[in-house]
Amino acid sequence: MCLGIPGEVVEMHPDHRDLVKVDVSGVRRLINIGLLADDPPKPGEWVLIHVGFALSKIDEAEGAAAMQFLEGIGQAYEDEIAALRESLIE
Amino acid sequence: MRFVDEFRDADKARALAAKIAALCEPGRQYKFMEVCGGHTHTIYKHGLEDYLPEAITLVHGPGCPVCVIPMGRLDDAMHLAARPDVIMTSFGDMMRVPGSNGSFFDAKANGTDIRMVYSPLDSLKIARQNPDRKVVFMAIGFETTAPSTAMTMLRAAAEGLGNFSVFCNHITIIPAIKAILDSPDLRLDGFIGPGHVSTVIGCRPYEFIARNYRKPVVVAGFEPLDILQSIYMLMLQLSQDRSEVENQYSRVVPWNGNPVALKAIGETMELRPYFEWRGLGFISHSALKVREKYAAMDAELLFEVPGVRVADPKACQCGEVLKGVLKPWECKVFGTACTPETPIGTCMVSPEGACAAYYNYGRMHRTRVPEAARAAGSRAGGS
Repeated sequence: MCLGIPGEVVEMHPDHRDLVKVDVSGVRRLINIGLLADDPPKPGEWVLIHVGFALSKIDEAEGAAAMQFLEGIGQAYEDEIAALRESLIE
Repeated sequence: MRFVDEFRDADKARALAAKIAALCEPGRQYKFMEVCGGHTHTIYKHGLEDYLPEAITLVHGPGCPVCVIPMGRLDDAMHLAARPDVIMTSFGDMMRVPGSNGSFFDAKANGTDIRMVYSPLDSLKIARQNPDRKVVFMAIGFETTAPSTAMTMLRAAAEGLGNFSVFCNHITIIPAIKAILDSPDLRLDGFIGPGHVSTVIGCRPYEFIARNYRKPVVVAGFEPLDILQSIYMLMLQLSQDRSEVENQYSRVVPWNGNPVALKAIGETMELRPYFEWRGLGFISHSALKVREKYAAMDAELLFEVPGVRVADPKACQCGEVLKGVLKPWECKVFGTACTPETPIGTCMVSPEGACAAYYNYGRMHRTRVPEAARAAGSRAGGS
């Protein structure tokens, strides 16, 4: 829950401007970008995701480092990705 | 992994460690608190303490929201969840935390309708799908997760969803830091400021620490080099007799935080007069409750909540660990009665809790074993 997960924005939602599809280690899910309304991320940009919401924009290097940090955590990361996989934000 | 090496270069780490050592005044001891559980994790995983001179001690603060939630609140949540008309929804992190009568997982196994969600928005979906049930979201976390709860409430209000509510346990980091600074138990020389919380609140809220308490604060990233760099920045401030707030993690943390997130929190929630923290007791204005405007989404108003206060298990010394007074391995039950498999205290439940992080990594540091034995010996002799 506390973990910020890095994801790459891959697709804007056609109907909801607050939703984008992100790719997190191959898992593609919708997340909410309402908290970045002042400077919304576009496809190809990276964000740090907390419980389904993008909290900040990051660059690709930061994304890679954050992902390695998470992978190092082990089970908690597995659980978070499993939870993200189950997530059905709409 | 070109990208990652940038943050983990061992030569750079050694060079930083040498610069830190050069700033140590002979005979002086330094104690820095890292507030965030994520930092604790990095410190243990990479054995950063072994890079540092012996004069520097890192103590672990109360920055794991799962760790500081008092058992009484969990019992209250369990009471709500037991209602047949309620579907309780919770982050996975909370599911294993033991209440007086077991955890959410235990209750779920006994037929209580508790569902694990990744996001409060998932709770919203469950509410839409179950119009005849009342869906309660167990909201926990610091300012990192509070905006998500706030945005979800705003969305529920916009949709006119009448069966979604929040059992609000959001807490705020600044009063906890102030409580630690005011505590006579601990003398600190500076703070490694939390990274993710600061993406929301920014760096300004820490200024009182530098101004009123004359302690430096450096907001830090989560990579090993980030933390070493932050310790170097703290040491540099001390050596120059400065106490300022600095932002080592500026590649992610804006100085002014995230105004949209702060606005969403302010719209939907307000400060409670006081709130109980495990180990720290009651702290004024340290938590958030749902604003009256959104009373229709406040589970504490919609349902009867017993509000019972439950003392922590006697054997558990989470309080001292959360205040940084004890190192995890100095707790009486650490690694024996209390393990990640059978946790007694919250610090062992959450993977970001200091005890779980130390258990998972620290036990492998042989150099720490004699230290632990000495501490255990002195405790036995002293009490």
